This record gives sequence, C-alpha cells and structure tokens, in this order.
Amino acid sequence: MKRVVITGAGTINALGHSVPATLEAMREGRCGIGELDFRDVDRLAIRIGGQVRGFEAEGRFNRQQMSLYDRFTQFTLTAAKEAIEQSGLEFHGELSAKAGVVLGNSGGGMQTLDENYRSVYEDGKNRVHPFVVPKLMNNAAAGHVSMQFNLKGPSFTVSTACASSNHAMSQAFQMVRSGMSPVMITGGSESMLCFGGVKAWEGLRVMSKDACRPFSANRNGMVQGEGAGIFVFEEYEHAKARGAEILCEVIGFAMSSDAADIVMPSKQGAARAISGALQDARIDASEVGYINAHGTGTAANDKTECAAVADVFGPQADKLMISSTKSMHGHLIGGTGAVELLACIMALRDGVIAPTIGYEEADPECALDVVPNEARAAKVNVVLSNAFAFGGLNAVLALRKI
Amino acid sequence: MSTQDKVIAIIAEQAVLEPSDVTLDSTLEDLGIDSLGLVESIFAIEEEFDISIPFNANEPEQSDFDISNVAAIISGIDKLVSEKA
Repeated sequence: MKRVVITGAGTINALGHSVPATLEAMREGRCGIGELDFRDVDRLAIRIGGQVRGFEAEGRFNRQQMSLYDRFTQFTLTAAKEAIEQSGLEFHGELSAKAGVVLGNSGGGMQTLDENYRSVYEDGKNRVHPFVVPKLMNNAAAGHVSMQFNLKGPSFTVSTACASSNHAMSQAFQMVRSGMSPVMITGGSESMLCFGGVKAWEGLRVMSKDACRPFSANRNGMVQGEGAGIFVFEEYEHAKARGAEILCEVIGFAMSSDAADIVMPSKQGAARAISGALQDARIDASEVGYINAHGTGTAANDKTECAAVADVFGPQADKLMISSTKSMHGHLIGGTGAVELLACIMALRDGVIAPTIGYEEADPECALDVVPNEARAAKVNVVLSNAFAFGGLNAVLALRKI
Repeated sequence: MSTQDKVIAIIAEQAVLEPSDVTLDSTLEDLGIDSLGLVESIFAIEEEFDISIPFNANEPEQSDFDISNVAAIISGIDKLVSEKA
C-alpha cells in the first residue's frame, strides 16, 4: 500500500477566501456567522448563516463560464486553484491520464434551482436558460475542475449529506493508497444559502435563530454555512521525488452506517466509524491528540458524538481535545468535512487547536475538552475528523503530522 | 369540527390510532410519537389552523408552546389562533 500525503489546500468560506485567511480566523476564534442577505430572507424564520461575503463572480469568471457555473462550482474552482497552485502540480501526460477529482456535495446547484423554479412557478415564465441542467447537476463542480486542470482519470461526486466531503476524501485516499492514481483532487463544496435552501432546513426545526454553540448546554441548533474546501492528495514518493511541500499525511479512514434512523444519530454507528479509522490507520487510541468534531450544535448530535468518543477512547477521552469549527463557519453540509480538515492540518502543522466558539455553559452530556472559545497551542501527532450524516452514514478520517 | 376534534384527528393519524384512543391527558410519548412525528404533527397543526408555532426540536421544553399533553397543545393552539384574530 502507498502512503498518501496532502500537498495542497484551498478554501473559500465565511471565515476567509483562502486557507491563510481561514486559519487566521480560526486561531482568533472569529465568527463568520451573521445576518443572511438574499432575496426573500424576510419570509424566513431562520435568518442567520455563514455566508461568503465579498465574493463576486464577475471579474473572476468570464461570461460563458458564469452561464455554466452555479455558486457551488464557483466556490469549488476558486478553492481548487489555491490548492493546485500550492501543490505546484501541472497535469499532462501520464499524470493527467491517471489523476482525477472526487468531490462531496449535497444540494448541487441549489441557487440555480431556486432562481429557475422562481422564474417558472412564481413569474410564470415558460422558458429557462439552456444551461440550467449542466449548471445545477451535483457533478458540475467535479466536471469543471477536471476540465480546468486537465484531470483525465476517475472523477465523480459523492453525496452523503453532511458526510459527503469525508466520504469523498476517503474515496480519493483509497485511490492513491491502492496505487490506482498518484494524485487525486478531493474535498467538497456547498451553496444552499438561498430562500429555498434555508426554508427546507427551517422545516426540520433543528436550526438555531441566534448562534451555533456546539457542546454548550444552551445550544439550540445548527447554523448553515457555504463554501468549499479542496485538497491535493498525493502519493508520498511522488511528492517527495519532486520536492513538494507536504502538509500532513492521511493515514486511514472508516465508513459506517447506523442502519437505524433517517435523522437521529446513533452512538454505535459513530463509534464504529471512529474505531474503524483507528484500526485502518493502525494507531492506538492514545496517539490521537485532537478530533475535529462533527459538532453541529444540535441537542442530538453533540451528546451522541461525545458518547461515541467516550466509548471508543475510554479514559483516554479526557486527554484529547475535540472542537467544532462549525461554531465559526457554520455547517457547510456537503462541503463541511473539507473545510474542517483545515483545522486538522493547522493542529498538525502549526500546533494550534481551533476552538469551539460560542461555548457558554458546560453540558454533563458533553463532558470532554471542547477547547472552549479560545484557540490553544498544543503539539499533536495524530488527529481525526468526524462526519455523521442524515441517513445514518458516517465517515471518519485519520491524519498524521509529517 | 372543534379545535379539540381537529387536533385529536391530526395526532391520531400521526400515531396510527383511532381518534377515540387519544385523550386529553395523553402525552405524545404515550401515543408512541417520536421527535420526527412531533415535528410532523406541529407542521400539520400549523397548516390546519394557519398559525406559526414557535418550536425548536433542540429545546422542546423551552419553547413557548407546551406539548406536555394533548390538552396543553389544544390550549396553546387556541391562544395562537386568538392572537392571530
């Protein structure tokens, strides 16, 4: 089996339009969640979110591209450019033929759906733009990344709601580890912050009206975010041979299914994914210094996740740190694991643990070190990133300092 | 149909019971309605009475709307309907 390392990272999210800007915000414990700004927001009961501000498609993309790129594709291409530029890779010849892109996404081109449903249903129009379908399809972003960077190997989109990015990155990891491809572009993106997207979530009555406070006793729900996180997963020898800067190593993953309930999380399902990742990475629980939690800020997730961590780690659970950066950038649904992987890289490379902000009251059901409110300096060698999706579909990644 | 009859019909349908099996002091738990069933019941009540019920599944006990039993739900609806009028 090959070793797999990360040689490039890119992002755009409510905390920043690049990896350095995002990590700086995480170090400072800054909150990117604010009042939502889009058409008909006054008809929503939930009016906050981690919206990307100051991002104009005009100027970044030409007219033809704009007619084909939904906002989730725009985010993806922006983050992919940063990641691939950092890696220093150019794709031609054999590398191009083998390299591909596996991305996570849940809602597809929801902005495009929203705009065009409005046009045909509300405005009564009988004609839509010819590119509605290629713009809204869930695999549009993966397709455009492959075209823009000349990736001719295996490319597809993985859709498992809130675990999409972790499932996608697990898949890309397997492809590089097995020797199938020397380089895979992976991660995920989401852009659901439009009237229809937020209205749908509102119906479930799990959204907070004021803040995302994971693990805090007074937490009252999740807050949506948007954006993308994209990474270059590269075979270790390939990266070393070309003298690439290595951000960290991906050492294992596991996926599990609760097979229980469509929305209520299961401690057993989560625990099986966490312990499975430890097994796959061949590490002992005592080596794990930090877990980037799924930590949605809902009553159900946070207590179930803490119970699962306590089950897997036993007494070790009190020694590790676990934080949820969703408190800062919101829940990016299909893109969330990708943006959260940045906090894992920061922990391993910079020795800075991103905080869980908005933490106000201890909850005996979440009695772990959740790194409340302020980032912490700490040396960690192994970290995990959790994602537990609706559908009961879980995916956990393990990474190591290099 | 009175408010009481309408609410009992909605809850009975959700619980897959006969309306006669739903009494004023029944709790949703007694009737086997779980958290998803509760959210669906609230939606059905909002649609039936054209009201908005302040309910967050993360903190059901802190919502202004009392769901401790069928009678409490009915009086909560009466209050919201009268506020609307």
